[in-house]
Amino acid sequence: MHVVYPAVVSALLFSIGVYGVLARRNTILVLMSVELMLNAVNLNLVAFDVWLRDRLHGGQVLTLFVIVIAAAEVGLGLAIILALYRNRRTVDLDRLRALAEPGASGPGDASGPDDDSGDGPAPDTSSAGAPRPGSLASGTSPVTVPGADAGAPGRDGTTPGTVTP
Amino acid sequence: MTEAVPSYLSPTGQEIVFLLLGVLAVGSALLVVTTRQLVHAALWLVVCFGALAGCYLVLTAEFVAWVQVLIYVGAVVVLLLFGIMLTRAPIGRAADLDSGNRVAAAVVALATAAVLVTVVVDGFHAAYAPLEPGRGSAGELGSSIFRTWVLPFEALSVLLLAALIGAIVISRTDIRGRE
Repeated sequence: MHVVYPAVVSALLFSIGVYGVLARRNTILVLMSVELMLNAVNLNLVAFDVWLRDRLHGGQVLTLFVIVIAAAEVGLGLAIILALYRNRRTVDLDRLRALAEPGASGPGDASGPDDDSGDGPAPDTSSAGAPRPGSLASGTSPVTVPGADAGAPGRDGTTPGTVTP
Repeated sequence: MTEAVPSYLSPTGQEIVFLLLGVLAVGSALLVVTTRQLVHAALWLVVCFGALAGCYLVLTAEFVAWVQVLIYVGAVVVLLLFGIMLTRAPIGRAADLDSGNRVAAAVVALATAAVLVTVVVDGFHAAYAPLEPGRGSAGELGSSIFRTWVLPFEALSVLLLAALIGAIVISRTDIRGRE
């Protein structure tokens, strides 16, 4: 087996993954493209392990490690995506531009990037921004009972989004 | 590594099988990043990973091939499908799966592919790896892992545990920060 064949296949897979990461908008598709890139690396590792006849099987063992890390990364990434979807109602990367929480006490710059994005986070800013000044103003003590029995509008305002579907 | 390199014009059967599987992997990967339907992207990812597992089999890495089938096709793609389902992605044809910078992304990807393929072909055109079966079997890899690579293996198990606990904590809604 010429080493060029797996190396070229892996290079093509890697660049396809680069295209997917850059061009896709849905976050799950970006995760898929990252998986493609990791698989390209795996193919390289296996091919060079076979070529160099590593006595310690470093390439194949490292391939197994990369597979495990990819599994952990996908699990954690999907958890983050689900938390994001719960808060913002969208997983489009183009719309996730706000660096601050919507409705935070910033001087108006937090809602600035959200305005051009249309219907994505716009209801979230209104729903999450409403209980926050009230709870902060009424609750002088940090443990507020009306915050707990009213579904606890937490630090990121998840409950106004989660009860709607 | 220093032995005579066979000609490229008379490929062996293993090389032909590997090239066919590689074409299948690259084609399905292209479909993953270009298809208009989200679920189809996940299913093409299954084809791509399966073809890559076949590539590993041809390269005599049997254990890695079966681990690839088990974890990638069995777990990762199912997890991605769950993610698609839980984020209520549009089932069917969606027009807005690509962002606005497709052209720039294509340019960057083509440049990456050109650079990588050029360097790889230039660097390894004289390299030849004779395939001998049995070097990637589960016994060989297991003894190698548990003799030489024990410490990274154990560290990785702790990492996996921490990542899964983190995923549980992030995805649960009744755990919130103290405030």
